[in-house]
Amino acid sequence: MTNSALEVTGLRVRRGGRPVVRDLSFEVPRGTVTGLLGPSGCGKTTLMRAVVGVQIVEGGTVTVLGLPAGSPPLRRRIGYATQNPAIYADLTVREALKYFAAVLRAPVSDVDRVIAEVGLADHAGKLVGSLSGGQHNRANLAVALLGTPELLVLDEPTVGLDPVLRDELWALFRRLADGGATLLVSSHVMDEAARCDRLLLMREGTLLADDAPLALRERTGAADLEQAFLHLVRAAS
Amino acid sequence: MNPALTLATTRRILTQLRHDPRTVVMLVLVPTLLMVLLRYVFNSKLVFSHVAPALLGVFPFLIMFLIASITTLRERTTATLERLMTLPIGRLDLLFGYALAFGAIAVVQVSLAAGVSLWWLGLDLAGSVGMLLVIAVLDALLGMALGLFVSAFARTEFQAIQFMPVFVLPQILLCGLFVPRGDMGWLLRWLSDVMPLSYAVEALTRVTASSTVDAVILRNLVVVACCALLALVLGAATLRRRTP
Repeated sequence: MTNSALEVTGLRVRRGGRPVVRDLSFEVPRGTVTGLLGPSGCGKTTLMRAVVGVQIVEGGTVTVLGLPAGSPPLRRRIGYATQNPAIYADLTVREALKYFAAVLRAPVSDVDRVIAEVGLADHAGKLVGSLSGGQHNRANLAVALLGTPELLVLDEPTVGLDPVLRDELWALFRRLADGGATLLVSSHVMDEAARCDRLLLMREGTLLADDAPLALRERTGAADLEQAFLHLVRAAS
Repeated sequence: MNPALTLATTRRILTQLRHDPRTVVMLVLVPTLLMVLLRYVFNSKLVFSHVAPALLGVFPFLIMFLIASITTLRERTTATLERLMTLPIGRLDLLFGYALAFGAIAVVQVSLAAGVSLWWLGLDLAGSVGMLLVIAVLDALLGMALGLFVSAFARTEFQAIQFMPVFVLPQILLCGLFVPRGDMGWLLRWLSDVMPLSYAVEALTRVTASSTVDAVILRNLVVVACCALLALVLGAATLRRRTP
């Protein structure tokens, strides 16, 4: 039994004839919040799709909770939120969540729990399609929280949210990790990176760094993570 | 396969429709209105009785094809399908969930159209009403299954709509509605023979003309049911867990 929630070795992915992920290797320890950072188009989403097992990969291995990515038993143990909301716009928030809860065989009480966790209690009876961008995003995140996933893969979950909500969601991520869950969260906002236990900095399909935020700043001698990232990009090129 | 998941999917699709009352009204009423229109276009009970049985199969077939291809295409393009593929639900649970939901709508749609045709428009039915309904609903399910299947080959809703003239209209032209199948040249006859709608229309015509359920009707029912099932299974094969 390995202590890593996620082990990626030599992962290579091509999309549209172009290498998007090039020979990526890293591990994510259980019970941590790992930030996946990098400019848009650097392969973050493709990497996350490979982790949840919906991406056709060219080579390498992805081991999730001790099993190959995409194994049927994993489907109940991973929560995945795509970047573009993947939730039925012509249902109310509660109806949509009830359906996904049924698919996951999660208890019905889970629906109200996750609605409260993402702060949508006042909008639970509204049609998903009529929500604002930020609310729509949170409804999408709520689906990933159903059941008790051991690994949460969240693709840009805080895009378009005001600072207060963002702060609340990061506090929620921390609580989930303290409860034993492992989180892989992508973002391109550097100030969120400081709230992660570990950071994976990606650029053009490769890893520039895999370290704790503090260690990263110390190693590069930068004042903040934005500067640290720039330093690493320049050192690499 | 898990019946609970199939039923949850059916309930979800019917709930989605409930939020779209205009679509529900059109689904239920349009075939019936077209039958009424047809009756007064011909202005003769005799001619109406001749073509109505075939159209009781054709209208639901066409409408279900459109609705199913657009709905599944939407599921593909809005990434809800990708999300479902990461969850513990089988592809057949999803497709049979669709089949049940659209099947339920087809029952309402066909019952109303048949009821109005029989008791108001003067359609003469020699066979049983039950048999007529079974064939027509099966026909609607065939349209749904084909729609599900071909939606895999459409990238946009424009393309999906255009599949209607490609996959549905030839079947309507060759099903024996306009020209008896026996009068067609060998090539057209052969095409007609491989198109499932022909069997449904033949069964509908027979059930209206004679009170005995003969072997041809039963054979045709089996053919239509098998084609619907085949299209559903092929449709399942187009739902990929892993995509490029």
